[in-house]
Amino acid sequence: MAETAHAQPAWVLLAYLIAGVCFILALRGLSSPETSRRGNFTGMVGMAIAVVTTLVTHFPGVGLPAAPGPGEASIFLVDTQGIFEIVGAILIGGGIGLVTARKIQMTAMPQLVAAFHSLVGMAAVLVGAAAYLNPEAFGIAVRVTPIASPSFVNIFPQSRVEMGLGVAIGAITFSGSVIAFLKLNGNMSGKPILLPLRHVINLGTLIAILGLVAYFTQDQSPWVFFTIAGLSFAIGFLLIIPIGGADMPVVISMLNSYSGWAAAAMGFTLHNSAMIITGALVGSSGAILSYIMCRAMNRSFISVIAGGFGAVASTGDAAAIDRPYKRGSAEDAAFLMKQAEQVIIVPGYGMAVAQAQHAVREMADLLKKEGVRVKYAIHPVAGRMPGHMNVLLAEANVPYDEVFELEDINSEFAQTDVAYVIGANDVTNPAAKTDKGSPIYGMPVLDVEKARTCLFVKRSMGGVGYAGIDNELFYRDNTMMLLGDAKKMTEEIVKALG
Amino acid sequence: MDFISILSIFVLACFVGYYVVWSVTPALHTPLMSVTNAISSVIVVGALIAAAAAGSASSKWLGLVAVAFASVNIFGGFAVTQRMLSMYKKRERKDG
Repeated sequence: MAETAHAQPAWVLLAYLIAGVCFILALRGLSSPETSRRGNFTGMVGMAIAVVTTLVTHFPGVGLPAAPGPGEASIFLVDTQGIFEIVGAILIGGGIGLVTARKIQMTAMPQLVAAFHSLVGMAAVLVGAAAYLNPEAFGIAVRVTPIASPSFVNIFPQSRVEMGLGVAIGAITFSGSVIAFLKLNGNMSGKPILLPLRHVINLGTLIAILGLVAYFTQDQSPWVFFTIAGLSFAIGFLLIIPIGGADMPVVISMLNSYSGWAAAAMGFTLHNSAMIITGALVGSSGAILSYIMCRAMNRSFISVIAGGFGAVASTGDAAAIDRPYKRGSAEDAAFLMKQAEQVIIVPGYGMAVAQAQHAVREMADLLKKEGVRVKYAIHPVAGRMPGHMNVLLAEANVPYDEVFELEDINSEFAQTDVAYVIGANDVTNPAAKTDKGSPIYGMPVLDVEKARTCLFVKRSMGGVGYAGIDNELFYRDNTMMLLGDAKKMTEEIVKALG
Repeated sequence: MDFISILSIFVLACFVGYYVVWSVTPALHTPLMSVTNAISSVIVVGALIAAAAAGSASSKWLGLVAVAFASVNIFGGFAVTQRMLSMYKKRERKDG
């Protein structure tokens, strides 16, 4: 029965398939910066095909049968007036999107992505609710007319499961992304918020949601549907509040994945191949990124989701300040780097916060003029989202072939004269290699201590990284601390070099 | 399409996604997130169906709001990806 309700002309199915293929090519293009722009364009074409196909098939005159026979389930009921409202909605939304995309600062990209995720989640919930309220329009129900009682619409049990799951995942994506946005945007503290019994509450809520989705097949009353949505909003919120700032790269990748699965679930409901292909692509993309981020922190996905990392205050703060360390000036740093054969710059979240990427590039340019080889080393979890540092450096016009990933450059530190660490901390901490008791033990780190000199730009000696632990590196003989704002310090070095 | 065909598409697409995403260079992981964001807004298809359908005013309005949300994402997502990608440049070759 589901098959007949979903009957669509072959060209429509083909068009959605082509849209899906365009999306695959869009991601394929990202394998190198040269092909990436064309890939992005292919993605836009795919989206245009999907939207135009939907509009054409859902407005009369083209394609589908609009007039149902008497007493028969009507497949597509069409309101001709609707087109103006739809175009209006597209223009308003599109306008907001374009203005935001143009104005947003590259350092604010993690927040923007979180905000976008929340919109996908909300859209999935709204589509799910719309499908629930008007299932005949989506072709997922039959009208049953028993003798001597009013007719009612019976949603296919299979569609109820798909719809329930789609709404649940969408709602989790929405509320989770809102919390992630607030944390990344600084409206909410990045510190984990730990509720008592949170694991019990979360697990209970998840089981309740799954139970209700199962029950939904038996009973399609509104309370079931809206309780699923409500509980899912709650669990999204509860899942993200205990996760600290340093784990945000994983969270944001995970929410990326969820937004994909939500789209896929809706694709199952609507029997739409473009949505299913996209959902699968985005779902795996987010899952793979989460995996890469977890591996780069040597944490299991479960331990990240459980949250609470970085909540334990470091015990050695006071003692740390008393330990002797070498402090240098901008002039010292400029002198050291000018003499160097090779300098490797290690950026971290602090560079993003201070907006120091342009100053860093200026410094690199001056060094190159002196005949120094300059490279950049990026740790996968540097920053607040995957690839965050790469985008900032690209924004500052750093050529991408000077930027290297951890495994490609780590062996070079031993032959490097100066490592310039700016705004990174935990990703350079040698304790990850030696101290079994350290919370970051086992995490792959950049071997900056192997460079002849390590210049460490840091606001003050007091603060610790997001893992809340002290860094042995600060007190080494070959480390020189440059205390001050990352941007100001780099600018002073530029002055000293010039 | 029956359920099995749909499921087949889904499973195969997961495999395609797995291999395609592993081939993405880590330097482009942020644009990857923003472009996946844009394409997952293909959910706009469902929103359009709801907004175009007659029969339930509330369903229609929910659809329209969803169309607006998804449009923010589609236009914003592709535009911001384009903006980021245009910044990735190779080293300028010096003559001689």
